[in-house]
Amino acid sequence: MLTGKVALVTGASRGIGKAIALDLAAQGATVIGTATSEGGAEKISAYLSEAGAQGAGKCLNVTDAQMITDVLAEITKEFGVPTILVNNAGITRDNLLMRMKDEEWDDIIQTNLSSVYRMSKACLRGMMKAKGGRIINIASVVGVMGNAGQTNYAAAKAGIIGFSKSLAREVGARNITVNTIAPGFIDTDMTRALPEEQRAALTNQIPLSRLGEPEDIAKSVTFLAGEGGSYITGQTLNVNGGMYMI
Amino acid sequence: MSSIEERVKKIVVEQLGVEEDQVTADASFVDDLGADSLDTVELVMALEEEFDCEIPDEEAEKIATLAQAKAYIEANLD
Ligand SMILES: NC(=O)c1ccc[n+]([C@@H]2O[C@H](COP(=O)([O-])OP(=O)(O)OC[C@H]3O[C@@H](n4cnc5c(N)ncnc54)[C@H](OP(=O)(O)O)[C@@H]3O)[C@@H](O)[C@H]2O)c1
Repeated sequence: MLTGKVALVTGASRGIGKAIALDLAAQGATVIGTATSEGGAEKISAYLSEAGAQGAGKCLNVTDAQMITDVLAEITKEFGVPTILVNNAGITRDNLLMRMKDEEWDDIIQTNLSSVYRMSKACLRGMMKAKGGRIINIASVVGVMGNAGQTNYAAAKAGIIGFSKSLAREVGARNITVNTIAPGFIDTDMTRALPEEQRAALTNQIPLSRLGEPEDIAKSVTFLAGEGGSYITGQTLNVNGGMYMI
Repeated sequence: MSSIEERVKKIVVEQLGVEEDQVTADASFVDDLGADSLDTVELVMALEEEFDCEIPDEEAEKIATLAQAKAYIEANLD
């Protein structure tokens, strides 16, 4: 159970982040979920209260350093120091490298990788004071195996894995664990954007013969955030239906 | 009201788990008191809280002894 813990989940308005927020809440955590708009934040507050959970939605752009500082101060004042951080917010800007625009590269690095650096740094002080914490970063199978058309995304996701291993070594002695979850193909807006044939071809490569559900990822996050994760750090948990076995 | 020096010393004792008499003015946190790099970061965090101030990273790096911590706080606190 996570009763009494404050968890911060970025990108919780939909998809995997929403499932994570709801699952952590079901375990008793106070959950703060973020979205990029006030409307998105309100929706998060609404689904949390509908689930009878403590917590709220907040508007946060993870590429905005000042906003991170401000929102974190607000959360700490209202709910207490978050000791569970789930860096889930992420986007795709797919293109062949030969055609990739600098903005496509930069957007991905900022939103998917630099955000993890900023959020983790901002939350560490509180975790150190609380004498413990869990940082769980959402990478991707693509960061582990590569994917044509996603050099930017794969670089950011692989970057998260290296970041997590290094930070795990830095703060391990302070009872703070840092792990990565690398989801396979999960049924969310992100993958719904793919053409039907591509989704079917993908499913064929998955031993468990289906796309993952957001809840499949959420359960792994809750595991790492709870008692089960006590002695796990610096690891990458591959939750991909077997599509890539390491 | 205890002096700045006493307050800093108390924090050093707590953070580094050392005896009060080890914390002399010029004992190096790292070389003499066994602090690792993360301990020094935490020490600065604790000082910031005790004296309700923000110590920029460039300044924090220069605080390696009780005397230096005391000097910084005296110079930067109203
Ligand atoms: N779906 C998959 O197959 C899959 C596979 C592997 C890894 N992942 C990773 O899992 C994570 C979640 O993916 P998903 O499929 O659930 O995505 P999604 O349904 O597209 O949702 C993305 C979430 O990220 C938020 N977000 C986007 N840009 C942001 C920014 N600059 N600042 C703050 N929040 C931002 C969005 O907020 P708004 O609603 O306000 O836009 C939304 O809540 C991502 O890191 C993704 O890379 C997904």
